[in-house]
Amino acid sequence: MATATVSASEYIVRTKDLVKEYRLGGQPLRALDGVALDIRRGEYISIMGPSGSGKSTFFNMIGGLDKPTNGTVFINEVDMAQLDAFELAWLRCRSVGYIFQTFNLIPVMTALENVTLPMVFAGVQTDEAMQKGVRLLEKVGLGDRVQHKPNELSGGQQQRVAIARALANDPSIILADEPTGNLDLKTGKEIIMLLRQMNKEQGVTIISATHDLKMIDVSDRVVWIRDGKIERIEERKDIELRVGEVEGEEAG
Amino acid sequence: MSATLAERAGIHRLPSPPWSKAFEMSKNSIMIRLGRSVITASGIFLGVAFLSTVMTNSAVLTSKTVRSLPQMTGGPDPSMAVRNVWLVTVALIVATVGVVNSMLMAVTERYKEIGTMKCLGALDSFIVRLFLVESGMLGILGSIAGAMVGYGGSALISAAKYGWKVFGGLGPAITLGGNPIPLLPAVLVAVVLGGILSVLAAIYPAWRAAKMPAAAALRMEI
Repeated sequence: MATATVSASEYIVRTKDLVKEYRLGGQPLRALDGVALDIRRGEYISIMGPSGSGKSTFFNMIGGLDKPTNGTVFINEVDMAQLDAFELAWLRCRSVGYIFQTFNLIPVMTALENVTLPMVFAGVQTDEAMQKGVRLLEKVGLGDRVQHKPNELSGGQQQRVAIARALANDPSIILADEPTGNLDLKTGKEIIMLLRQMNKEQGVTIISATHDLKMIDVSDRVVWIRDGKIERIEERKDIELRVGEVEGEEAG
Repeated sequence: MSATLAERAGIHRLPSPPWSKAFEMSKNSIMIRLGRSVITASGIFLGVAFLSTVMTNSAVLTSKTVRSLPQMTGGPDPSMAVRNVWLVTVALIVATVGVVNSMLMAVTERYKEIGTMKCLGALDSFIVRLFLVESGMLGILGSIAGAMVGYGGSALISAAKYGWKVFGGLGPAITLGGNPIPLLPAVLVAVVLGGILSVLAAIYPAWRAAKMPAAAALRMEI
């Protein structure tokens, strides 16, 4: 276990004995049962597990969208429970980018307006936000779709807009909740490669909840969650070996 | 203590976006969902139109010109004024409840949108502002239309009934047979009243929107 001073630079997210209980018809239901996970800066980590395994709950805790019943989440070594509403908003706005299974673009806004929205919340000047928005859309390959509304874009294109939006405030973490869940195989693969590219180029930490096995190829680590507990954690070298055996080629 | 700890880690408090941003976003939202917006505004439109009609009518009926007409027999009905106040009050309450209902619907419709905005860093206060501003703008637009239709329509009807002479003079105030209705202040009162009622009507819906946990909104399938 790393000491506090070392981990401040090495780990971007740490969770300690994370427990979340829901009440379902008076019965307590333990969605998370003592999850401890340290995530390194710049890592591409996939959280795998069947639906109902607690991965989405875990994911919401890291993103500051939900509060744990017990245990702590540290972002940059800061206990999230100690942050007030304005600091949490700052965290969501500036440090974390979100990508959703259902894209969640604002339907009444153009691609560019969607991408600039987090910058509006961050207080960036309009001109600057517009320029950066266009740049980000070009980067994800949608330079010619800037003024399109979400319903004029395909699923893959919408998810690209969502990726550009997630990168708007140069976050250090991107949380992707089943980013390929609503996409076909080929498009899903493209989105995964785009995420990997952003991870490599910008050093942004990517935490992805998924049950898409294509994700394994690009992940530095894969965390398997079952019944609210971490079942096993696989490192990159183990994964490469296994993928190599199955597909007969090096994963890259 | 927590603030210093957070600040050492580079976490600051997010400032609220300016009001102008809330106005801009609300305006866009109204323009894009024009059909819905018209329905929301029509509640206040009808209420204010009714208010204006009653005010014009009572001014006409109590005016000297109309009272001196041969077909008007007996003195003015003193209970009429009280009855009118009640009718107008009830009409405005009904209109306000209509706006509450419309805005609640708008919040439910945009659950996912609100949740997404919260994930992107929208403060609760900003979500509240969005809905208050949207409702207020719709209320003011609805009131302007309502006042124009109400005053204009009932003035024309009075003219048709009693002849053009009920209008003692036209100017900044329409003089209705010795009872001047200062037009601009009357419209202004109607518009301010409609705007205030609309904003009040949106408080509860806006509060509900802001209090929604971001995570719950994202799981909603509507």
